[in-house]
Parts: sequence; structure tokens; C-alpha cells
Amino acid sequence: MNQLKKDVLGILKEDARYSAEKIAIMLGKDAEAVRGAIEELEAEGIIVRYSAVVDENKLGEDNVEALIEVNVTPQKNHGFDAIAEEIYRFAEVKTLYLMSGGFDFAVFVAGKSLKQVAMFVSEKLSTLDNIISTRTHFILKKYKTDGILLAGSSEESKRISIHA
Amino acid sequence: MNYDEFLNETAREMKPSGIRKFFDVVKEIKGAISLGVGEPDFITPWSIRDAAIRSIQKGRTQYTSNSGMKELREAIVQYLKERFSLEYDYTNVLVTIGASEAIDLVFRACLSPGDEVLIPDPSYVSYAPCVALSGGVPVSVHCSMQDAFKLTPEQLEACITPKTKIVILPYPNNPTGGVMERPFLEAIAPVIQKHNLLVLSDEIYAELTYGSERHVSIAEVEGMKERTVVINGFSKSFAMTGWRLGYLAGPEPLVRAMTKIHQYTIMCASTASQYAALNALESSFEDGFEMVSEMRRQYDMRRRYLVNEFNGMGLETFEPRGAFYVFPKVSSLGMDGTEFAERLLADQKVAVVPGSAFGESGKDFVRVSYAYSLQNLERAMARIHKFVEGLK
Repeated sequence: MNQLKKDVLGILKEDARYSAEKIAIMLGKDAEAVRGAIEELEAEGIIVRYSAVVDENKLGEDNVEALIEVNVTPQKNHGFDAIAEEIYRFAEVKTLYLMSGGFDFAVFVAGKSLKQVAMFVSEKLSTLDNIISTRTHFILKKYKTDGILLAGSSEESKRISIHA
Repeated sequence: MNYDEFLNETAREMKPSGIRKFFDVVKEIKGAISLGVGEPDFITPWSIRDAAIRSIQKGRTQYTSNSGMKELREAIVQYLKERFSLEYDYTNVLVTIGASEAIDLVFRACLSPGDEVLIPDPSYVSYAPCVALSGGVPVSVHCSMQDAFKLTPEQLEACITPKTKIVILPYPNNPTGGVMERPFLEAIAPVIQKHNLLVLSDEIYAELTYGSERHVSIAEVEGMKERTVVINGFSKSFAMTGWRLGYLAGPEPLVRAMTKIHQYTIMCASTASQYAALNALESSFEDGFEMVSEMRRQYDMRRRYLVNEFNGMGLETFEPRGAFYVFPKVSSLGMDGTEFAERLLADQKVAVVPGSAFGESGKDFVRVSYAYSLQNLERAMARIHKFVEGLK
């Protein structure tokens, strides 16, 4: 990836609302070139979509999130991919990774209540073919998401407002 | 009791920093956005913090050598060579409590009562009071926006008297963002040599220059190393302000004299900070100064953004080439920097520093720090915009 695309991506990851014109000013580049870079990043699927980072704690809604460790039997010819597809099509599944180590899939699930997540695991997930076992870990508190510290984390700036 | 009887004349007459005065006001205002700080908004990288913690865990809690740990001084020597092509032996390096102590040491070691020190104006607030404390006489050398806030040979020559002993070169400059590229250093070098002056080169912002040209130290200019004390530190380049660690490098007889003073007044710089600094350099040698480059990239974006915003508002703004401040000229609004800063704070709750805090030549300007996230800067700029529009 060329430097311009890297720089544009760096800025958009910080705040996706910056216009091409503003980014061009920040980088000392032509707005047309920046627009081109963004279009390419989108076309290449590097930028998948633009979304907001939400601090769920402040939302006031009781959301429950869990990480579920899943062990499976890989299928002939399809390996893990076919099972992955069966898992990720559930709307409750927010994130799905194939892992090395002690289990196969890391499934991140969100629901309105503990009960709802539990129902999902017992009735939908664990009843799938080829699933050997599941272990559900509920998320208690989030400190950092996608590189962003959330409120209540301790690395806030204590700089004096005017000096030196 | 009349305590003025106890205070010496210099301390009594010393004016409190113009920055400080303003800070006391800002503190009292709720919801104020400050663009006033002079330190990075980055936190010291974890590996550096960890190195200090490990040194404490291992019980490295004693004094180091007065001059600083040999490993650290050797790393500083390697750093100065690698980044700025300066060649020193580690015995020419003294580790200090921030660059601030190094600045003070030069004056204490070199000035006799009445000796004059030339200070480019505008500049950082500490030089003149420190010169006065050592019995010297601070002399301002006017630097103008037309000259990109550089020190020109003509202005320099015009301020030299038989009493002139030291000239300060504070580049990259706080508050203007001006730099001195090699040809400009070469232009003033003959004047400095002709009058047999010593140079205090404060290069604390040396890592933060923008554009393809890197910082050049006057000590690299032919015939200048022998009459220059180079001062630098870890605060700005490695986001380590609170660690208070700096250093100076210069001719052996001068360093020896300054080490004597340092040994009586300070003993040595904080040991844990020295371990942290050693890690900052060693990890940077390994990864090619990746962290420093990343910080510079961030500052560079903010710098372009702010210059564009201020010029867009009709406030003439010099494009800074170094440090992390922009210095817009506000006198076109029919007021000086102090009035602008006071009214902006009262009207829109945004704090900037009046340029007069940095010397008489700064009175038509304000200093705006961009050691803030872009989101913060944008919020502040929207308010400044409103303020300026309201005046028109």
C-alpha cells in the first residue's frame, strides 16, 4: 500500500467523518488524490464500512456480551469454513474468529439479557452438527475497544491547561 | 515582617511568567478548552515506563555518577551522531534535570556580572530570568515573521557589544515554529566567530521538524562545535516531560566546569529516569525511531490543519517548520495578542497564550499549541471561528 493510502487510512480510522478536502489539507496533498485513495481503499475492500465506536456502558441499556469458546469436528472437504458459516449467520453473533490453541472458534455474542445469551448457546449454537463443546464467558467490563480507551480507564491526561 | 528585605533584588524584580498568570485565570473557568500546553499529548511509551519500573524493582535506587550513567551518555553520543551528525565523546556529555537545568548551567558557569546574552525574540520564557539570576544581562534580538522568525546576521551584528558573551539559538523555536536551515546557520557563524561568542543551542524540539529537511545543529557548521553547547532532552521527542531528563554536550573545559556546579547543586539526575531514557534511545536505535516518526506524522497533520484554519479566518499565520505551535498574527483584528487571548477566553472559553509572554516581538501574536487530538482542535477552532466572525 502506498504512503498516501496508509495516511488516509490512519486518519479515517481515527474519525471516519473527515472529508477528503480536510484530509488533503492535513496531509498537504491534492483533494482529488485523496478522493482517489479513498475510492481505491473502498473498492479493494480494505475499508469495509464506516461505523461509530459506542461506549455501551453509557448507553443505559442493559446489554450482555459474551465470548464463547467452541470446539468442533472439522468437516471433510470443507474444513472449518462450512461450520463457521453456520455460526456467523446468526444475528446474535457479532464477531467470529478461528483460533489456534485450546479451542477452535471464538464467538462474540451480544444479547439483551443473560437469559437471552444462554438461550442462544443452548438452543441454537450447541445444537449445530459437529459442535463438540462450548464454554461461555460473559464480559464484565470493557476498558479498551479497537485501540480506544473507554471512560473509566485510567490513562487520562492530567496536563496543566497552560504552561511552558 | 517585610520579606522584601530578605529577597535579593533579582528574585524580587523577576516578573512571573506571562503564561503562569494566564493559567490562573483559565483554571477558574468551567468548560474551557485550553490550547495552551507546551508538552506532548502522547503518554510515554510503555516500554520506556517499564524500563524505569524494572530498574526500581532491581533496586537501582542509588545515585549514579554525577555526569549520568556511562551507558546513557554513550547512547546519547550515538544518538547525536546518528540523528544530527554530531561527534562527541561520552565525557563531553552531562545528563541534567531536563534541558532547563542545562540552560541554567551554561549561564552559571559562563556569565560574570554585566555579561550580555543575546536572545532571539520571541523565544521560550526561561532564558531571560535565568540570565539575570546569573548576573548577566539579557538582550533581545528582534526576529520578524517576514524573516520566518530566523536570526539574521544583520540583526545579530546590530545587537553585539563588547560585553556580549553568549548567543542563544532556540531552534526549532517555541513559540513561532521557526527553524534555522543550514545556509542560515552558515550565514550567522562568521559573525559569532568574529566576535568570539559562545553559542547555547537549545535543540529540545530537534526531532519535531516538518518537511523533508531534518534539523541541523549549529555545532555541525564548520568551526562552531568548539564554541557551542548543544542542549537537548527527552521531554518533547519521547513524550517524557515529567521524567525531567535532558543533557548537554560541549567542549570539555566547559562541561567540566558545569559538572562541578551540577555536582554541588543536583548530585545527579533521577536514576529511574535515566534508565527510562536509556530504553527510549536503545529501542529507537532498534526500530529506526518509529515512535518518533509516528508522533511527528500526527503533529504534521494538525499543523497543516491549523495553519489552514487560521489563514482561512484572515489571520496571517506563518507556516511553522518545527515544534508544536502555530503563531497567528491577530493585530489585523485591531487588538494585540493579550487582548485577543483575554477576550477569546471570556467569549468562547478557549485559552491560547498571548505572544507577549515570549517577548516584545510577540505582542501582535498568540501561541496555539497543537499538542491536542484533532477532535479537540476542531472543537476549539469552531469556537475561535465564532469569536473572530463576531469581531468583523
